[in-house]
Amino acid sequence: MSRTATKVTRSEAAHRHDLLRQMLLIRTFEDKCVELYSAGEIRGFVHLYIGEEAVAVGVNQALTADDNIVSTYREHGHALARGMPLDSVMGEMYGKTSGCSRGRGGSMHLFDVSRRFYGGNAIVGGGLPLAIGVALAGKLRGDQRVTACFFGDGAVAEGEFHECMNLAALWDLPVLFCCENNLYAMGTALERAQAQTDLALRAGSYGMPAWPVDGMDVLAVEHAARSAVEAVRAGGGPHFLELRTYRFRAHSMYDPELYRDKAEVEEWKKRDPIDLLAARLRDGGELTDGDLQAMSEELTGEVDQAIAAARAAPAEPVEDLTRFVYSPEPS
Amino acid sequence: MSSTEMVKTTYREAMRAAIREALQRDDRVFLMGEDVGRYGGCFAVTRGLLEEFGPERIRDTPLSESAFVGAGIGAAMAGMRPIVEIMTVNFSLLALDQIMNNAATVLHMSGGQCNVPLVIRMTTGAGRQVAAQHSHSLEGWYTHIPGIRVLAPATLEDARGMVWTALQDPDPVLIFEHGSLYNLQGTLPADAGAVDIRSAAVRRAGTDISLITYGGTLGTTLAAADTLATDGMDAEVIDLRSLRPLDDKTITDSVAKTHRVVIVDEGWRTGSLAAEVSTRIMEQAFWDLDAPVERICGAEVPMPYPRHLEQAALPQADAIVSAARRAVG
Repeated sequence: MSRTATKVTRSEAAHRHDLLRQMLLIRTFEDKCVELYSAGEIRGFVHLYIGEEAVAVGVNQALTADDNIVSTYREHGHALARGMPLDSVMGEMYGKTSGCSRGRGGSMHLFDVSRRFYGGNAIVGGGLPLAIGVALAGKLRGDQRVTACFFGDGAVAEGEFHECMNLAALWDLPVLFCCENNLYAMGTALERAQAQTDLALRAGSYGMPAWPVDGMDVLAVEHAARSAVEAVRAGGGPHFLELRTYRFRAHSMYDPELYRDKAEVEEWKKRDPIDLLAARLRDGGELTDGDLQAMSEELTGEVDQAIAAARAAPAEPVEDLTRFVYSPEPS
Repeated sequence: MSSTEMVKTTYREAMRAAIREALQRDDRVFLMGEDVGRYGGCFAVTRGLLEEFGPERIRDTPLSESAFVGAGIGAAMAGMRPIVEIMTVNFSLLALDQIMNNAATVLHMSGGQCNVPLVIRMTTGAGRQVAAQHSHSLEGWYTHIPGIRVLAPATLEDARGMVWTALQDPDPVLIFEHGSLYNLQGTLPADAGAVDIRSAAVRRAGTDISLITYGGTLGTTLAAADTLATDGMDAEVIDLRSLRPLDDKTITDSVAKTHRVVIVDEGWRTGSLAAEVSTRIMEQAFWDLDAPVERICGAEVPMPYPRHLEQAALPQADAIVSAARRAVG
């Protein structure tokens, strides 16, 4: 009895370590992206997920490799939490052929169909109809896959959001809507854009279970996602999670952040999802400062290796410019 | 000539037979759109399909063009072969984001991982006095977009045959059905089926002038050719069929023979498909021309309701005849 209990505890501790590791990997990756951007090695729009890591990592715990994901342009975290190799994600940041989209997409368009990761979509709300379709395909085939669709609070103002809530509920589609409410649509605060700021309430009006979740607490996110995914997989139709989170960095690398107080950012940083989990593990005797330091160094090494690989990877030849506009002719 | 039995049909019935055949042959095919099921399709193209194939495969949608077109894209990315019907090209603008930003781009921005084998059908064109939000010919806009194919079936044979071929294409295909064609009557072989979707067709061979058109103006253009024939002018009529990509060779072969061209296009003149065809002729067959290329296009006006004004806004046979006479001199 006690041996079993110890085993479970050990496995739970290992799981929590894994959650911490995954969040720290995303953080380390993006901290490096900031450096690389400042150094001019990567370009374009880079939308950082720093502060929101608990959402991607927590939700992914509830998904199997057979499930589908449709994501947004702030998707480094979703891609890495999905298990996409660092080399392929970093390669994409560099626009190299080693990138997950062969460098054609960049930061906002990470794709990995082998992991059923159907892309970062950079039109706000534009991924929701795709998620509906991916889920519909599964329903028509009778498979058991759940489609997780990530989007931000900004998408709730788009017409497509409402069209898709309605269609998913009407057709009873196996979709988990993951609304990452980080309180700002670029520079527009939620209360300046939404007549009703309770986003779960709005989704709920379409007749689907919807509830808010503390998006800074990875265990709370995992718990909510497991419960929602289980219900969706059991035929309970679409579910909606409003994951209340905060981005610690600017909207993109071009954003001077004139629209929010530094004090507000500092307040949210006290609830940094990585610090929160690390503190909990420390308090439970599951983690020492040395462990965390070692984990961080190991991940930095992995990211540095990915950077080296991306630097060395070949660029797409210009002669192939118009490749992938149409599918290749069958031979 | 084939000894196959010929059967009477209409454009509408031919299109319905094409969709029905696709649903029978491939389990991955399903149809969705506004009123395609219980209502039978707003132009009655899909009447009876709900009863035959059931509500899972003949899906009535809410009035949510962006959501159901996007859902078609997502389902195609996930391995299905959806046919999405949009009532009219004017309404398709509500889904333009999905068509342009997703259907046409996903293959490229995923580095070749995600193709979108989707067919979108919609009605286009004027002639039914339904005014300025139901009558336009915007297919030329869609031809601007790399990553999609654009088709315009103008005959019974193409109405019957393009859908299946389009469904075999790995990339998105838009099919524009001119609203005035649904009642077109004629005969087809009983075993009519798939046709190629890559070439233009010479609908009337001739030696004196090339009349180049597509879709709803094919009939008008053939009528103009008949009139010209009474004057002793032997016009060749080319039906573009595929608007993107264009079959340059059929066009330039004809120009090499006739040396004179009139392009007939119901779309607005400025920035039109006719402008693109004309430019290609200039680029590829300039030295074959004996006269400037003429264009007969839709008048640049939101489509008015009264019949006389609507007719005045559309390409008419007499205008085509006059242009041909100008070109021949």
